[in-house]
Amino acid sequence: MITKEYRTIKAIEGPLVFAERITGCGLGEMCIIKLEDGQARTGQILQLQGDRAVIQVLEGTGGIDALTTSVTPTGETARVGVSLDMFGRIFNGFGEPMDGLPSIIPEKYLEVNGLPMNPASRDKPNFFVQTGISAIDGLNTLVRGQKLPIFSGAGLPAKELAVQIVRQARVAEAADFCVVFGAMGITSREAFFFRKELSEGGAMERTITFINQAIDPVIERLFTPRIALATAEYLAFDKGYHVMVVLTDMTAYCDALRELGSAREEIPGRRSYPGYMYTDLASLYERAGRLKGRKGSITLMPILTMPDDDITHPIPDLSGYITEGQIVLSRALHRKGIYPPIEVLPCLSRLMNLGIGKGKTRETHRRLADALYSAYARGGDVRRLTTIVGEDGLTEVDKAYLVFADAFERRFVGQGDADRTIDETLDLGVELLKMLPDRERAALTRGKI
Amino acid sequence: MSEIRGKIYGVAGPTVIAKGMDGVKMNTVCLVGNSGLLAEVIRIREGLATLQVYEDTGGLTVGQEVVSHAKPLTVLLGPGLLSNIYDGTQRPLYKIKEAGGDFIGKGLKVSPMDTAKPWPFIPLKKQGDAVTEGDVLGTIQETECISHKVMVPPGVSGTVKTIASAEVSGRAPVCTFEDGSFVNLYQDWPVRKPRPFIAKLPPSMPFITGQRMFDTLLPVVLGGTAIVPGGFGTGKTVVEQTIAKYGRADIVIYIGCGERGNEMTEILTDFPALKDPVTGLPLSHRTVIIVNTSNMPVAAREASLFTGVTIAEYYRDMGYNVALLADSISRWAEALREISSRLEEMPGEEGFPPHLATHLGSFYERSGKVRCLGPEDRYGSITVISAVSPPGGDFSEPVTQASLRFAGALWALDPDLAYRRHFPAVNWQASFSLYYNELKDWFTKEVSPEMQGLRQRLLKLLQRENELKEIIQIIGVEALQESDRLMLEAAIIARDTFLKQSVFNEADAFNSYEKQFWMMKVIFAFADNAEAALKRGVYIEKIIDTPLRADVMAMQDIPSIGFAQKAEALIEAIEREFGAAE
Repeated sequence: MITKEYRTIKAIEGPLVFAERITGCGLGEMCIIKLEDGQARTGQILQLQGDRAVIQVLEGTGGIDALTTSVTPTGETARVGVSLDMFGRIFNGFGEPMDGLPSIIPEKYLEVNGLPMNPASRDKPNFFVQTGISAIDGLNTLVRGQKLPIFSGAGLPAKELAVQIVRQARVAEAADFCVVFGAMGITSREAFFFRKELSEGGAMERTITFINQAIDPVIERLFTPRIALATAEYLAFDKGYHVMVVLTDMTAYCDALRELGSAREEIPGRRSYPGYMYTDLASLYERAGRLKGRKGSITLMPILTMPDDDITHPIPDLSGYITEGQIVLSRALHRKGIYPPIEVLPCLSRLMNLGIGKGKTRETHRRLADALYSAYARGGDVRRLTTIVGEDGLTEVDKAYLVFADAFERRFVGQGDADRTIDETLDLGVELLKMLPDRERAALTRGKI
Repeated sequence: MSEIRGKIYGVAGPTVIAKGMDGVKMNTVCLVGNSGLLAEVIRIREGLATLQVYEDTGGLTVGQEVVSHAKPLTVLLGPGLLSNIYDGTQRPLYKIKEAGGDFIGKGLKVSPMDTAKPWPFIPLKKQGDAVTEGDVLGTIQETECISHKVMVPPGVSGTVKTIASAEVSGRAPVCTFEDGSFVNLYQDWPVRKPRPFIAKLPPSMPFITGQRMFDTLLPVVLGGTAIVPGGFGTGKTVVEQTIAKYGRADIVIYIGCGERGNEMTEILTDFPALKDPVTGLPLSHRTVIIVNTSNMPVAAREASLFTGVTIAEYYRDMGYNVALLADSISRWAEALREISSRLEEMPGEEGFPPHLATHLGSFYERSGKVRCLGPEDRYGSITVISAVSPPGGDFSEPVTQASLRFAGALWALDPDLAYRRHFPAVNWQASFSLYYNELKDWFTKEVSPEMQGLRQRLLKLLQRENELKEIIQIIGVEALQESDRLMLEAAIIARDTFLKQSVFNEADAFNSYEKQFWMMKVIFAFADNAEAALKRGVYIEKIIDTPLRADVMAMQDIPSIGFAQKAEALIEAIEREFGAAE
């Protein structure tokens, strides 16, 4: 193909370049943008109208001018080279090495956007993933092929929890388990934390890391999760790995999406996030899953920060509508010194029933989890009531629930750094329920636990 | 048929602008670009046609060809729809998988049904018969439980010259007329055009879901519309799936509109394995699934509702009661919003286009009970039950509000109940059914003359519980009168046994009206006898601690068949126990 170099930039706005008299280019095509000083940057065509093209510049538009800078379409779409040599390596948000080691030799190139899985090809997620965290394993079980986000708030220990899960997570065939870690818009302090924590404890050899820092270009942030997921698809469906993908922080990703949308002068939706944010997030989250007749799986754990702890904010809201449940962190528990501060009531794992029960965890698991939920919810009600009427206004039964709720938070949720097996988790649940009067326990469990 | 050829002028997201398309009509289908992506004309302005493209637009370049055959977007109707799974524009996903692998590629063209497949045919008309639109020419056993009626299409009539005798397929006409016209086994129908009928009829029968909360408290009629709004995690999808499994409809059309792929997989694997409680045949025999997951092209998501309702109308016209389950309308509305914003239309509330309600109406109003076309008395219905996903769980948002205008029943889901694992998490105070008045006679005649009274009593009990709870907030439960404490106890039993229903418990998943009626009888027998005992001076602790309470709570685990006898025995035990208590 003959490549043409265009010096027809008409306008530069935010991360976008508007060029004219461009012909024969496809939507989504990558371009090389050459600056006056010889520097080369990467662009992608976002929109075409007549001979005009809107191009987003991955490395930012600083230094680009309308006179000397040239645009050269490459005829290629955005692709990433992948290989098994990527294990243990750290890349930037666009897949280039940032650990000082040489580039990998790709086994193949993959479209970063991927294609939607045919729903008829999907296989039902049904294997239990043990995270070693009681509030997850016992009450909101993670299942292989699931997408389960962590909803955090500023200052809450989401990244500590993420690292703990990455370290502790195991599935039946432990050898095939690996982690793809994608970080978007994180601070250098967070980047340091992740690099340090992941390299300790032997998790590094089974981890591939992509890091886009807050100081890196905003457009790169939109590529990072896609590159991470394309890599995960290669590992899972070509190589048969069970891949856990951790993406953090989705809030930074969504803010980048908003920034781009406003630069394109799109009509903004709720809180000025673009109207297509649901579809855009879905194009990431829906890449989790399993395929019939293939060995591997992609389990996705995105982490997001709820602005002002507001679960109805568009980012957690739209995420919750796409993902199969959510793990919610609570400031109140965090202040009480409970770690991990998982607020179990709004938590949910939609696929839990597929991964638990006889032969997977324990036959009585569902009943036990429901009983713990109901009892803890009732304990919370009593606690609120106590603030109004005082403990004297309570019945003996209510008092038992109050004691249960405290113990549940302290011992079941607040496990600290412990790595609990599923049996330890379930046994503890049974033990805690014994704090309630027999009649109440019988009504809650409706059978053996 | 005239063919119009133009060229791509612009591409943005799921929309394409084409020029040189003079004479192209609104809402006709075009094939775009080198791989012939399916698209529909949605705006014509100053010589430029704007198209919404039903496939991924990546890679399209300016100057590629756009071809229009002046046909509207249609679905193919005929035998073979049942047990199938389609995307939003009726592409068969199993065949797409065979043709293109596990990931959906672009520009794949596969016929929705195998039109060459021969079907055994039983003719009902013979040479010389005069037939008109809606007449049944013959039948095909499409699946074990559904007899497919081959009908004369709307607007066609004539005198039969030849008619197939034993076998039919899409290769040859089923029937030819004296005037040379003919009827094919397969026909195209435009998705945005409602199929005609003779008359819409007022509702008279409930759509039986087997769910106590809905059937007893918030009933919907055959031909009615119910909406299920709720924030994430409140169980909308479980409600939709439960009704798809247990709802007493002849045909179920399930539209997974912009929702999760893994959930659709559950349906796809569960339905062939699950047996219809009445026919004993796999549920997939009566089901058509349309799925456009959230990551599939957004314009096809918009089309999926209309594809679904057109197939529903086709079976309705055969005289079947069809349940159309749409999950979720909000995702459909968002697709509309996304395309509207690409068109730079003036946004209305929350960025949704001002024509949102009109568009929604054109979908919802295709529900209803009708007298079908044709000279014989044939009645069919479409009952629509649609999930709505309001942002932040706030029902004041435009999609919920617009849907409420068309809905006869609101099943409002409540996160607080869901957090407590009280499912279905329907808030009985916020929900309503406008159909109840029309069903009163049916309840009296078909269930029991006492049914209405018991239902009223249950509602009153729940209302009273709410008032008492407010009082407790102020004075504490110990300060309540004993009779009120007993009432609270009765309310807890009613909530935990009657309102809560587990779809994972086989005996509980589907309840006949008879079981629902007898459960209420038992609950109020318990309440009445307990109150009488209290009045006689029995200690309240003793009443509350009765071992019978556990038996009442365990009513859920008793199957519908034979429930009445067991309930009568339980009522007797309650009367004995409380009658003897001192």
